[in-house]
Amino acid sequence: MSAITTPLPQTPVAWKLPYRGRVGMTCLIFAESAIFTIFVVAYLFYVGKSLSGPTPGEVLETPIFFTICLLSSSLTIHLAGKFLERGRRGAFLLLWLFTIVLGALFLYGTGKEWYRLIYEHGLTISTNLFGTTYYSLVGLHATHVTAGLVMLSIVFLFGLAGRVGPEQSARVDVLSLYWHFVDAVWVVVFTVVYVLGR
Amino acid sequence: MSSDAMAIQTAETSGQPWVQRLHEWVTTVDHKRLGILYILLALLFLVIGGIEATVMRIQLMWPHNDFVSPRVFNRMFTMHGTTMIFFVAMPILFGFANYLVPLMIGARDMAFPRLNAFSFWLSAFGGLLLYFSFVGGNGLYGAGTAPDVGWWAYAPLTSRAFSPGHSSDYWTIALIVSGFGSMGTAINIIATIISMRCPGMTLGRMPLFAWLNLTMAGMVFLVIGPLTAAQLMLCVDRYLGGHFFDTQAGGSATLWMHFFWIFGHPEVYVLVIPAFAFLSEIIPVFSRKPIFGYPVMVGATMCIGFVSMSVWAHHMFTIGMNSYANSFFAITTMVVGIPTGIKIFNWLGTMWGGRILLKTPMLFCIGFLFQFLLAGLTGIMLSAAPFNWQLSGSYFVVAHFHYVIVGGILFALFGAFYYWYPKMTGRMLNETLGKLHFWLFLIGFHLCFDLMHIPGLLGMPRRIYTYEPGRGWETLNFLVTIGAFVQGIAILVFVANLIISYFKGAKAGNDPWDAWTLEWSVSSPPPAYNFASVPTVASRRPLWDLKHPEDPDSRYE
Repeated sequence: MSAITTPLPQTPVAWKLPYRGRVGMTCLIFAESAIFTIFVVAYLFYVGKSLSGPTPGEVLETPIFFTICLLSSSLTIHLAGKFLERGRRGAFLLLWLFTIVLGALFLYGTGKEWYRLIYEHGLTISTNLFGTTYYSLVGLHATHVTAGLVMLSIVFLFGLAGRVGPEQSARVDVLSLYWHFVDAVWVVVFTVVYVLGR
Repeated sequence: MSSDAMAIQTAETSGQPWVQRLHEWVTTVDHKRLGILYILLALLFLVIGGIEATVMRIQLMWPHNDFVSPRVFNRMFTMHGTTMIFFVAMPILFGFANYLVPLMIGARDMAFPRLNAFSFWLSAFGGLLLYFSFVGGNGLYGAGTAPDVGWWAYAPLTSRAFSPGHSSDYWTIALIVSGFGSMGTAINIIATIISMRCPGMTLGRMPLFAWLNLTMAGMVFLVIGPLTAAQLMLCVDRYLGGHFFDTQAGGSATLWMHFFWIFGHPEVYVLVIPAFAFLSEIIPVFSRKPIFGYPVMVGATMCIGFVSMSVWAHHMFTIGMNSYANSFFAITTMVVGIPTGIKIFNWLGTMWGGRILLKTPMLFCIGFLFQFLLAGLTGIMLSAAPFNWQLSGSYFVVAHFHYVIVGGILFALFGAFYYWYPKMTGRMLNETLGKLHFWLFLIGFHLCFDLMHIPGLLGMPRRIYTYEPGRGWETLNFLVTIGAFVQGIAILVFVANLIISYFKGAKAGNDPWDAWTLEWSVSSPPPAYNFASVPTVASRRPLWDLKHPEDPDSRYE
């Protein structure tokens, strides 16, 4: 078997490369950013081009409370990761649960807003260009929040079963990187839809 | 000893019942097997896409020919384009990257083996979905139809009114599904190259193959992302009554064009950069010289990657953009020619003064150099907006991009097949059949695509299913079709060579070409674990260092 081993010099060198999970997630974030960019461009391109109402100015209300919920969940997940690194599992689980609750609150906020738009203002995805672009962009983001919540919940369940310890800290960090991305996208979506778009 | 190891391996696999072997292939997460699966999938679709091309060429052989109906002709060019780009070119290049990148950088496998398998099966089922449209495109009633909206599917052709049934949806969803597969593989390639290199393999010592595939994978995000987004919008339009591309409700057909070409143009570079990668490995080995200008090659590749993201609207000169946009896109398009020219000079510089061995892989690479240069020149012609206004949508454009894709990318791919087939199978491809394949394909290619420029200049539009006699197009179209047949025969020779050599080819050994990169240090085919012990490298040509301990490269780098 010796011939198929590589008879190359075996001198030990100091060799440390970035963690593959982090690199992979960064790449995924790049790809997702490209997708969101196209939806944002479409939204901005069609601002004010709807041929019929309702318009954003008439029906949109700025969701300040739910935005604060989502953005502060970035802080809680960051702290949760720090606690896990130091081996404080109880604090980690509590903050992790807090993150899930904040994310779920945000999702509830989106649902409430959609309910109001659909039943009070009759705005659906096929009503006009505003409806089409609004529901697509906000819906795409909400889909990502949902996917994030599913993953967070899985980690939480593993945590309850006592399977998440400091040795998984790097993996948990990868997930929190995704969650930070979802929050950052909301900053963009919020600016585009509720500030510039009105 | 290495042949012993090989014998053990073949004994292991051939002793099992075929169901078990099939099961192993279906459930595999080994980068080498997945690479081969990617390549086989692509070869299957290459044959299908080739048959579609042949149907079109037979139809255009004579004026007023009625070999197929206009509707079938529309389906053929749509399916031909979609198949060749998404289910031949992308998977075959991913297949080579999958197989070779971990071996070249001294890694055990890709960074995420299961994601790798998932990505492959997404691509495979995407292709299946596209072709299922032939059966199910009309829903449950009546005969099915394939999509017929052209591979770029401009609005409003894709609206419900003009594309009833589900044919366009099969197209859309097939591309979304395979697009996620492409992103998965791209993530894998980058993570592998960044995080899995063996000790000593600094970025500056990586084989150019790894560098170029790194660039390609980075571009995939910026390319497939917009395409996926645009396809999702199209789904919203078609299924939820959205208005993204619905001009009746204030939507814009031009926006689709922009989104599609933001994908569409850089996609060409996603395909050609891996072809550059093949050349950058093959030419030095067959010139017996290290690659000329390694850092410049890396820089030029990155430069192509960046500039190519800002050229897309040169596909849209005829829609009537303002003169600033026209000038911008004309200039950026011409600028891409500079780094590409640098690369061509570097390959020539590698060959210059080298001891050139004219084996089949090298022949295909030399063919690439000539043809890619010519394709680039017609590209520069088309980048001039006024010239483009005359010839956009004509057979000149068809000839131009087939020159890039067939004369460039496909030639490089054939070179790669002849070069790495011994590594993948342990057998050499037959040289005589290889040379026959090369010359037949070269003659067929030039007969077909050189002449195709002329009907374009004479005003023949693309995508027409027939034409009037007496416009000077008849002889040319006839000869173009003959050229297509010659290429078809050459492909048959190639496939025959692949099959015959698999059983009867000469044993390759570890390193049949006396090459310098790490994949040649392991047995052919490599063992499942790649490297028995993790290698350490000290220069760009680790095997040169090994073979010439008295004068290693590491002394000069």
